[in-house]
Amino acid sequence: MREYMTTRDIVGPLLLVESVMDVTYGELVELEFPDGTHSLGNVLEVNQDVALVQAFEGTRGSNPAHTKVRFLGRSLELGVSRDMLGRVFDGLGRPRDDGPEIIPEVRRSIYGQPINPTARDFPDDFIQTGVSAIDGLNPLVRGQKLPIFSGSGLPHNDLAAQVARQSAVLQRSDDPTKAGAPLEGEFAVVFAAMGITFEDADFFIDEFRNTSAIERAVLFLNLADDPAVERIATPRMALTAAEYLAYDCDMHVLVILTDMTYYCEALREVSAARKEVPGRRGYPGYLYTDLASIYERAGRVKGRKGSITQVPILSMPDDDKTHPIPDLTGYITEGQIVLDRNLHRRGVYPPVAVLPSLSRLKQKGIGPGKTREDHADLSNQLFGAYARGLQAKELAVILGEAALSDADKAFVAFADAFEDRFIAQGAHEDRSVEETLSIGWELVTLLPRSEVKRIKDEYVARYMTAEEGATA
Amino acid sequence: MEQGRILKVAGPLVVAEGLVDSKMFDLVRVGEEGLMGEIIEMRGDRASIQVYEETEGLGPGDPVEATGAPLSVELGPGMLEAVYDGVQRPLDKLEEQAGAFLTRGISAPGLDRERRWAFTPVVEPGMRVQGGDILGTVQENEVIEHRILVPPHVEGTIADIAAGSYTVTEPVGHLTTDAGERVELIMMQVWPVRTPRPYKKKISVAEPLTTGTRVIDTFFPLTKGGVACIPGPFGAGKTVTQHQIAKWSNAEVVIFIGCGERGNEMTDVLMEFPELEDPYSGEPLLKRTVLVANTSNMPVAAREASVYTGITMAEYFRDMGYNVVLQADSTSRWAEAMREISGRLEEMPGDEGFPAYLGTKLAAFYERAGKVECACGADRTGSVSVVGSVSPPGGDLSEPVVQNTLRVVKVFWALQDKLAYERHFPAIDWLTSYSLYLDKVTPWWSEHVSPEFRARRDRCMAILQRENELAEIVRLVGLEALSAEEQILMETAKSIREDFLQQNAFRDDDQFSSYREQDLLLETILLFHEKAIEAHTKGASLRDLFAAPVRERIARAKYLTEERLAEFEEIRSDIETQLVGDGFDDDETLVYAGGER
Ligand SMILES: Nc1ncnc2c1ncn2[C@@H]1O[C@H](COP(=O)(O)OP(=O)(O)O)[C@@H](O)[C@H]1O
Ligand SMILES: [Mg+2]
Repeated sequence: MREYMTTRDIVGPLLLVESVMDVTYGELVELEFPDGTHSLGNVLEVNQDVALVQAFEGTRGSNPAHTKVRFLGRSLELGVSRDMLGRVFDGLGRPRDDGPEIIPEVRRSIYGQPINPTARDFPDDFIQTGVSAIDGLNPLVRGQKLPIFSGSGLPHNDLAAQVARQSAVLQRSDDPTKAGAPLEGEFAVVFAAMGITFEDADFFIDEFRNTSAIERAVLFLNLADDPAVERIATPRMALTAAEYLAYDCDMHVLVILTDMTYYCEALREVSAARKEVPGRRGYPGYLYTDLASIYERAGRVKGRKGSITQVPILSMPDDDKTHPIPDLTGYITEGQIVLDRNLHRRGVYPPVAVLPSLSRLKQKGIGPGKTREDHADLSNQLFGAYARGLQAKELAVILGEAALSDADKAFVAFADAFEDRFIAQGAHEDRSVEETLSIGWELVTLLPRSEVKRIKDEYVARYMTAEEGATA
Repeated sequence: MEQGRILKVAGPLVVAEGLVDSKMFDLVRVGEEGLMGEIIEMRGDRASIQVYEETEGLGPGDPVEATGAPLSVELGPGMLEAVYDGVQRPLDKLEEQAGAFLTRGISAPGLDRERRWAFTPVVEPGMRVQGGDILGTVQENEVIEHRILVPPHVEGTIADIAAGSYTVTEPVGHLTTDAGERVELIMMQVWPVRTPRPYKKKISVAEPLTTGTRVIDTFFPLTKGGVACIPGPFGAGKTVTQHQIAKWSNAEVVIFIGCGERGNEMTDVLMEFPELEDPYSGEPLLKRTVLVANTSNMPVAAREASVYTGITMAEYFRDMGYNVVLQADSTSRWAEAMREISGRLEEMPGDEGFPAYLGTKLAAFYERAGKVECACGADRTGSVSVVGSVSPPGGDLSEPVVQNTLRVVKVFWALQDKLAYERHFPAIDWLTSYSLYLDKVTPWWSEHVSPEFRARRDRCMAILQRENELAEIVRLVGLEALSAEEQILMETAKSIREDFLQQNAFRDDDQFSSYREQDLLLETILLFHEKAIEAHTKGASLRDLFAAPVRERIARAKYLTEERLAEFEEIRSDIETQLVGDGFDDDETLVYAGGER
């Protein structure tokens, strides 16, 4: 063992250790402080005989002359096993519940390895979340990374919990006019909390308990009062566990990462302590690359049964979508579900802002066999009509309701009904995709028939009942 | 070769000592596993090296081996249909070796050493040849004839050459230089990626690169050899637009560089391109495509190299006389890779932490595009068009990468998130985008599309611009404030936007539009416009005009496939018969809505 007491400087979460030998980049370090406390760390940089170490659990209680620094000759690892299911760990993967230590099947570096692009299988299995705003317009597919862009005080936790609770993959259907029934399969949830409050974490744990989902969940908790730098490791712990469950145990894993904003702040703290040239708003220039090393761990791999679907949650500082954290996230993930404060104020749950939300994998996940033949056309029509309704509403604010054409008035009525009946639903209401589509069709009847341009005539004939058509 | 030792490791950057005989941009092998790296700075006997693989586990004292050669790519048969990482490692071979995940220290040559190709010479012993001359051909696949060239700067008399089946490293013949030196001729060339390949001279570009995307071809055309950029916030449609060009443009060879972007987008190309039919050859699209995939989670230094790897391949196909289009998605990720390495080198940062040489590097990269007279003894031209997407933080176009790019590119396709939210795709903003090739391609249009095409295009653009001004008035005081003629113009503008500009990349019958169809669409929309004005002056009500049944046909005209373009004739006659004055009627309630910007 290589142990040193040669720390020269301690700056924030960083230690500069001198006269070291054979230290390697990324190596795991154990620190022992004079008060007997310990911290894990890793090597951020090594220059001849000087190592820069980042302490995951902080440097409180440390002192240069009396800190023991041990280099462990391996990188930060997680011992993984199926027995992790049903267990709660801290942000560095140590049991936080009363259960026993995990006896690992294998130990894996938490940094993982990039999936070879030629080995990826394209995500195209529709996941029915039971939430119309998602299933109808921005569907989630297996292996996708689809974040929730939220803000403080918005019900992102409820939405994420609802998605985790209700998600089901549908059987393929031979009939283009009918969606298949939900499929039973090996399913797991990996939950990583970074910097959220005890109460928020408790909400999820309760949720999982009440629905007995806890038996197929693995939780990694770094809470608000846990060391900030530890958060840099937490999502990687979670993804290492998820990869094991997906690719070694053939499970379909949903990974919820919350809150990515606190993760990024931890990264910024380290970067500032290193006196790196900051990028926008003080975040390091490599934030994009760093986030990609987390988000790109979602996916499917050819020849393996399991998959990793990610739903990261991030609270947008100031509800600002151009803030580097949501911005860089959106550049990496396959779409985003954006929550809106105004809808929330008006009591619409889930307050999904449909227009800026997007699922990039939508085309691949819907249609005959997967959901239903009319799904794509109908969702385009709903989108277009809602966008136009909102525009007409804006116009009405300036010019008065009376100035609107009849068609525009119909679009305004449509927009209101769309928010009340399509977007809004109960936090425990699980709508099948066919139910979601029928609500969509009911709303389409509010539009003048001549404006229903984006749907093929044969679908209009098949899915808009004669009676509904007549009221149009 | 000399060996050095690592002094320092900081992320992708390694500093080593003892590499005194090496040169800048030399390739080195780092650590026991021999990871690929490149020297990017030399101070005294210390060399800074960017490493193309994960550096975890490296430490001071580990060996660094010089190779004495710069970072290069292998050029020759076998590149098409391949997927490479940023330093030309074939990803499918790496998968065979190491499985689904990219582990360190694995490698495979860019060109398969075992595979044999049927070579047919076009020169004979005794003939004089110089660099760039065609020695012979290999039918690489159903689409591309691979022309085997004399390597640049080599000159002499063919001593022997023979048809046959060869690997890329077996000699197909020999030549004798004037100095009497015997040079082996093999099909593979090795070329340093950071050095542009030579050409005789650049020629002014005049022919459009048709893309099948209407807003591009008609309003903001790119040329064979031209350079364009697509900036836009996430979700605005950069990647889809680039995929559209990769699929439907009339380039003969397509190089697509996924530079720091999503893994699934590469998978998408890999799964879709073998299925899609090239409209020009009828063969699968992948056969004319080379993919360079260095996704966001792959090593950042290799991302920096990926654009050079790609453009060198593009130049090589250009030298054979092909028109090549190279797409880099996204150049911002390349710039960020430069920034990251520059930060580790502790260079003085410029704007937003980017290195001060950002502008120079971008300009030098785009400068490698162009239509050229190929370096060879014959008259041969080839071209490289470059399309780079830019991902500005927060969609803010004032940031350094966009600004430095705009200085060098001639075509600017500005994507607007507002249009994307309305699902107006491609979300290319017709008011701020531009193409400086417009006048240059007009003669080609007159000859190959129609003599009226340019005028129609300009007329439509004028209508769209006028719509924008009028929309402001409508917003403030309502539609009634507009004259009847202005109201017709608003309807026509809406028709241009919806029936022409909007183009769904995911509809088989919409994703590709020929120039012929684009011209017919413009003609039809403008005919409706003129006839509506005429009919109105003769007393037709606006309501009736706007509700004319032919409008439905106009709206669907863009879905007409090539064989059915004759139907435009019927639409025209419908317009003539339906848009007539029918006595005076002053009911002018309007149906115009939306579209004000
Ligand atoms: N021409 C188009 N037709 C239809 N949909 C499009 C088109 N362009 C973009 N889209 C939609 O926008 C989404 C985002 O496009 P993408 O090119 O991935 O954006 P970016 O690369 O700018 O982030 C796509 O997933 C698709 O749903
Ligand atoms: Mg993109």
